[in-house]
Amino acid sequence: MLGRRNAIKGAAALGGMAAFGGVLAACGSDDPASSGDDGSADGGGEMASGTVRVGSNYSDAIPNAALRAALDVLPNEDLVVELNEVDHNTYQEQIVAYLQDPPDDVAPWFAGFRLQALASQDLLLDISDVWTNQLDDVLSGGFKQASTYDGKQYFVPWTYYSWQVHYRPSVWEELGATPPATFDELLTLCETLDAAGVTPFALGNDGRWPAMGTFDQLNFRLNGYQYHVDLMAGKESWTDDRTKEVFTKWEQLLPYHQPDPNGREWQDAAAALVNGEAAMYVIGGFVGSQFPQDELDDLDFFPYPELNPEHGQDTVEAPIDGWVVVANPDNEAAAKEVVAHFGTALAQDAYLAGDPSVQAPNSNVDTSKYNAMQAKSAAAVQNATNVTQFLDRDTLPAFATEAGQAIADFLANPANIDTILADLQGKAEALL
Amino acid sequence: MTTASPLITDDDADISSSADEAGRVSGGKKGGRSQFTGRDRTVFIAMVAIPSIIHIAIVWIPTFLSILLSFTKWNGIRFSSLEITGVENYDQTLLGAFKGDTYQAILNNFWLLLFLFFGPTLLGMLLAYLLDKNLKGTRIYQSLFYTPVVLSLAVVGFIWQNVMYDQQYGLATVAFGGGGTVDWLGNQEFLFSFGGYGLSKNFIAILFAMAWRHTGYIMVLYLAGMKSVDAALRESASLDGCNEWQTFRHVLFPTLKPINVIVVVITVIEALRAYDIIAVLNEPRNTELLSHLTTNALVGEGADNIGRGSAYATMLFLLCIGFVLWYVTNHYRKQENTV
Repeated sequence: MLGRRNAIKGAAALGGMAAFGGVLAACGSDDPASSGDDGSADGGGEMASGTVRVGSNYSDAIPNAALRAALDVLPNEDLVVELNEVDHNTYQEQIVAYLQDPPDDVAPWFAGFRLQALASQDLLLDISDVWTNQLDDVLSGGFKQASTYDGKQYFVPWTYYSWQVHYRPSVWEELGATPPATFDELLTLCETLDAAGVTPFALGNDGRWPAMGTFDQLNFRLNGYQYHVDLMAGKESWTDDRTKEVFTKWEQLLPYHQPDPNGREWQDAAAALVNGEAAMYVIGGFVGSQFPQDELDDLDFFPYPELNPEHGQDTVEAPIDGWVVVANPDNEAAAKEVVAHFGTALAQDAYLAGDPSVQAPNSNVDTSKYNAMQAKSAAAVQNATNVTQFLDRDTLPAFATEAGQAIADFLANPANIDTILADLQGKAEALL
Repeated sequence: MTTASPLITDDDADISSSADEAGRVSGGKKGGRSQFTGRDRTVFIAMVAIPSIIHIAIVWIPTFLSILLSFTKWNGIRFSSLEITGVENYDQTLLGAFKGDTYQAILNNFWLLLFLFFGPTLLGMLLAYLLDKNLKGTRIYQSLFYTPVVLSLAVVGFIWQNVMYDQQYGLATVAFGGGGTVDWLGNQEFLFSFGGYGLSKNFIAILFAMAWRHTGYIMVLYLAGMKSVDAALRESASLDGCNEWQTFRHVLFPTLKPINVIVVVITVIEALRAYDIIAVLNEPRNTELLSHLTTNALVGEGADNIGRGSAYATMLFLLCIGFVLWYVTNHYRKQENTV
């Protein structure tokens, strides 16, 4: 089976794996109307003009079309927006090289630690004035917090989704199962499902990021939000008993997961959920993209069960995607206008119309158009006491790679957890 | 005795020896200098100097800088953030937190080298020998075996991932899985291990995918060599009463020496530079090679420390240069002796 992601990777491989920053600039823009030089753009005034180049890692068909729709509603007709499209994974890997000599003025990125890592290197433009003038009223404090480094804003939140336990109500109805609220209920449910011949949890960990989601849920349910933050920052230890307990709990659940997760892509695990082989799947809301469109009504989620009464279900993992302006853009006024536009309900509504798998942060977004899943996810995030991004967005990317390997090692051989954690702690001390 | 392989011909040898001569002439140590005019000399010097300068500028200076960087800690963005840390990167990668990855990667490079020598090389030689017998349909077999060679290893990775090693529907799964699923590429368990290091099962699966391509390559090299062996040699061998094996071992194989040299060189290079197939498979655990550790520390989003990446690169460089030095001293010394 040639998955969607494979096709993308294939294209990247054929295009030359070894090409670095240059490839980003070389990727074509399909806007033939681009006018040449834009030196006249910095003329000040209310409305910017000229050409502004927007980098895009929205390389899949649905997000790409939705992004174009959002740019089409840009009110300023004097601005020519050129979209420079790059494969999603390639973009992420080359971000540092890309930002050192950016071909674009506006670029997509992630909130949280990963934003701070770039902002702290002076690779991004301070856009606090955009916030003060246009965004403060329409974006809540939590989103502002996620866009801030060192008291200044560098980021405009664009979309988010949440990580939840996804399931198919029709399958559960047949099995007579109901969403569990506590860990004990979850274990009992797993036994029941297992006895009925259904794999309780789908899991595909190829690429070593999907299982990070399960780790995060167990960790902040058991040890709380602050522990998650401190562990990611290297202030708590991986050899601590509290961290070890996360893996002990996980080990109890492991027999109820699909076997051999490390060689399975997340899309294949999603297929097991779609066809009813597996009952639950801890994954982001983007799992909807793997469902046949007419069966989306039969996809629901519940928050990960409570493990520790002290923390209940007070934390939601909701990664935020958004936009940054590169340091020293060619057309600063236009770049700021475009990111401000991305913060508006107008642009976010246009995007949501094309890509219903995410939610938008602007408080004036037309939520009546949300489907049930979107509405539920948005409510979960709004009602949460704490919002985390994701393991690989809440820590240094170099360390996230190591943590991903450690989790893969654990899934392959849970008995070895002491060695794995000691090893990972050593790397945390070296890197963080 | 002349061996006329199409790959290393006597012409090549002549070219290199005349280049040597040119070098000596400019040094003025050998006689016959008078036959070169001043203009000839200028041309010779330019011919030697220009490529040398280009070579030094694009190969040796970056190499040297990379070695220097391996003694620093740097995120690669601004020079002001570069710290000189001495041997800390080597301490971390060889003795400290990262040593597990490092030694497993070096071991994997070693397994790859060993495998390429004893798997694809011997098999390629055998296939070449059989095809050289002019069996019916030789050309068809030849094309079939050679086809994978035109594919990039990255593409080979995709083909094997989806066609052979799919957990459920893969050809290998159906053939050997006994009706169940097999996690060919995700199974990081060691087949055998010592002190925490070993040969993992998914690495073996990847080795087979690499062999699929490499065998055809080796086959073509040997086939080309065998085709050019003088038929009279074999005739006389059979007249002298050699059996098949003796003919191969004592007559054919020695005449293939230039091919053997090429095969040794490309095999070692292949084992040290291998990267793409494992990278496109998302670098399954326990299949990482030194090239992956280098690249991950140097260019990914996680590239926090160019210094550590450079330290890995330096190790890779030392392995390469060690081989090159050994090869050059041995090979050319022998050649000089025989001249």
